[in-house]
Amino acid sequence: MSMIDPPSTRRDRGLLHPVVLRGVSKTYRLDAVDVPALIDIELVILPNRFTVSSGPSGSGKTTLLNLIGCIDRAEKGSIMVGGKSVQKMTDDEISDFRARQLGFIFQNFNLLPVLTAFENVEYPLVMAGVPAAARRLRVGELLEAVGLAAHGRKRPGQLSGGQRQRVAIARALVRKPQVVLADEPTANLDSKTGAEIIALMRSMQQLQHVSFIFSSHDPKVLEAADDAVHIQDGRITSIERRLEMGESRT
Amino acid sequence: MRMLSLAWRNLLRNGRRSVMTLIAMALGMIAVLLFGGYVKDLVYGLQTEFVQSSGHLQIQHKDYFRIGSGNPAAYGITHYERIVQILKEDPVLKPMLVVATPTLQFGGIAGNFASGVSRTVEISGMVVEDQNRMREWNDYEDPTLTRPLSLSGTAADTAVIGTGVARVLQLCAALRVPDCAIETSKSEAVDGDVLPTDIALLAASGNPPEKQDAQRHPRIEILAANTRGAPNVAGVHILRAEYQGIKELDDVYVGMHLSQAQKLVYGSAPPQVTAISLQLRHTAQIPQARERLGQLLTTTLKDELLDVLDYEVLNPYYGQALTMFSAMFGFIAVLIGGIVLFTVSNTMSMAVVERTAEIGTLRAIGLRRSDIRAMFIAEGVLLGVLGAGVGIAAALTLAWVINHIGLTWLPPGRIEPIPLVVRVAGEHAMLLSSVAVLVLVAALSAILPAARAARMNIVDALRHA
Repeated sequence: MSMIDPPSTRRDRGLLHPVVLRGVSKTYRLDAVDVPALIDIELVILPNRFTVSSGPSGSGKTTLLNLIGCIDRAEKGSIMVGGKSVQKMTDDEISDFRARQLGFIFQNFNLLPVLTAFENVEYPLVMAGVPAAARRLRVGELLEAVGLAAHGRKRPGQLSGGQRQRVAIARALVRKPQVVLADEPTANLDSKTGAEIIALMRSMQQLQHVSFIFSSHDPKVLEAADDAVHIQDGRITSIERRLEMGESRT
Repeated sequence: MRMLSLAWRNLLRNGRRSVMTLIAMALGMIAVLLFGGYVKDLVYGLQTEFVQSSGHLQIQHKDYFRIGSGNPAAYGITHYERIVQILKEDPVLKPMLVVATPTLQFGGIAGNFASGVSRTVEISGMVVEDQNRMREWNDYEDPTLTRPLSLSGTAADTAVIGTGVARVLQLCAALRVPDCAIETSKSEAVDGDVLPTDIALLAASGNPPEKQDAQRHPRIEILAANTRGAPNVAGVHILRAEYQGIKELDDVYVGMHLSQAQKLVYGSAPPQVTAISLQLRHTAQIPQARERLGQLLTTTLKDELLDVLDYEVLNPYYGQALTMFSAMFGFIAVLIGGIVLFTVSNTMSMAVVERTAEIGTLRAIGLRRSDIRAMFIAEGVLLGVLGAGVGIAAALTLAWVINHIGLTWLPPGRIEPIPLVVRVAGEHAMLLSSVAVLVLVAALSAILPAARAARMNIVDALRHA
C-alpha cells in the first residue's frame, strides 16, 4: 500500500498506466468564495483494476472522477489518461478523446429516453461511424453480456433501475474504452440490485480488460474494489492496493 | 439513428408542445400563402388586362413614347401594313404571335354642338376584329369574362366614348349614362343649336352622315389637327358610353375604327399608325420575341425608325402596383416570420432547459459542441419542414374552398364585381420560396437555444439529472 508511486517510476509508468495525476488541484467558485475541491492530488490508477474513490459527501471524489473523465479541467497539475496529457487538448480534441478512450456510468443512468436500449448502446458507435452490421454485432454481444438481450427494443422508461444501469454499462463499454468511470453507480438502486450491478461490472471489467474507477459510499463497492482511494477535504488520505503491483484479476 | 431520426423522436417527446408550435407555423404559412395567392391573382389580372388591351409588345416610332405622343403625324409609322405582314410571316415570330394589329392614338376635341359643349379627348383608332381577338387572351385562366368591343360590326363612323366624356358632352339621356347633371336644353344653349357652317362642311366632306345611325345614335364632331397642322373634323355616331375603369381615362376616351381615325389625322395623305401591338401566346416569350424584333429592326426593317416597348413600360401602373403588392406581401411575411421566429425559439429554449442533463451526458460520451448545436438546429429545421408541409396542405385546401364558394369583390376602377380568386396551386416559385423561408426562419430560431446548449458546462449540466 502506498499513497503515491515512488518518483523514480513515475515517468516510465505514465505511459503504462491508464490514469496518472500529478499535483492536481481544482477550486470551485461559489458566489465570491473559492472552495478548494481537490488539493495537490498525486495518483496512479493501475491497469485492469477495479478502483474506488471513497470519502464523505463533499470530499472531492466526484470532482476527481470528473477530472479523470476529462469533463472538467484542473487549474494545476498534470493529468495523463491512456498515456495522453489531456490538460492542453482543445474542446473538440478532448470530446473525441472521451468518445474513444472513456466510458461513463452515471448515478441516474442518464440514458436517452427517446432511444431504445439497443439504440442507447449503439449511439456511441453511430457517432464513430461504425458500419451498421458491426454495430449490430457489438451491441448484441454487450446486451447479451449484461443480460438484456430480450430487452433491446424497450425504451428506458420501460426498464427497471437495475436494467437501465445494465444498459448504461453496455453503452460505457461499447467502444472498448481504456477506462470506465462510474459515479455512485449503485446509489439509486436497492441493495440487491446494487450488488448485482457491482458483480456485473466486475465481470465486465474482467471480460473487457478495462479499468473501472468508481466513486462510492457503498461498502459493497468498497469491498469489491482492487484499489481504494480514500479522499477527505480534497486530499487523498490513503490508497489501498489490494493486489500486487503487476497483478490483475483479468 | 441519424441526426434527423433523433430530432424527430425528440419532437415527439413533448407532442403537445410540438403540435402547438406546428400549428403556429402552419397558420403563418397559410396567411402568407393565401395573401400571396391573392396578390398573384391581382397581378395576373392586371397583366391580363394590359395584354388584352395593348399587347405584350408595341412597335412605335423610336421617339413616339418619349416625345411624340402629341404629334402622330410626325411620329407615326407609315409602312405599317408591310411591317405587320413581315411580322406575321416571320418564321421565328409566327409561332409566338397571336395578334399583330395597328393602332392610332391622338388628341382632339369632341363637341356636341347641339348642346353647345365640347372637351378635349384622347382618340383611339383600332382594328376592331384584331382587338376582339386580343381580348380573348387568357393565359392565366382569369375567370373574369371579357366582352367583345361594342364597335364590332358597326359602321366606320361609329365611336364609343367614356361615360365621363358623355357627361361633359351632355349625352347622358341619349346614352343612358347614370349620375348626370341636368342637361342644358337646346333653347338654353349658347350658340350651340347650329353647327358652324365651316365645321359642318368639314365634317360633311370627311364623312357623310348615315341617316339610320343618325336617328338611332347621337352624333358628335371630333376635331383634330391634320398632318399640316390644319383642323380636320369628322362627325361620328356614338354607339354607347362605357366606363373605362379609371376616371382620368373615362373623362377623355373616344374609341373608333382605325380608318375613321386615320381620315381625321391624315386626310387624303398616306395613312399611318402610332403603334403596332403584338400579342404573344405567353408572357414568358417576351425576351425571345424582343430579341427577334431587334434583329428585324436592324435588317429587314432597318429603314424604319422604330423601337420596341413592352407592356410594363407602356403601362407604368403595372410596375407600381407590383411594387406596392410586393411591399405589402413583404411586410406581412416579415410580421409572420417574426411570430414564427419567436414561437420556435421559445419551443427550442424550453427543450434545451428540459434536456440539460441529457446534453451533459451526450457531451460526456463524446459529442462535440458542434454536434449538440447541430442536433438542436436539426430539430428546428424539422419543425420548419413539418410546419411548411402542414401549412401548404392547409393553404391549398383553403384556397380551393375560397375559389369554389363563389366569393366576389369589387376592385378599384371596376364597375362589376369579379370572382375572388386565391392562386396557390401551381405557384411553384411562391410555394418553394415560402417553404425555404419558413425552414430558414425555424433554423434561425433554433440557433440561439442551440448555441446555449452547446456552451453548457458538462459538469453543471450533469447535475440537472
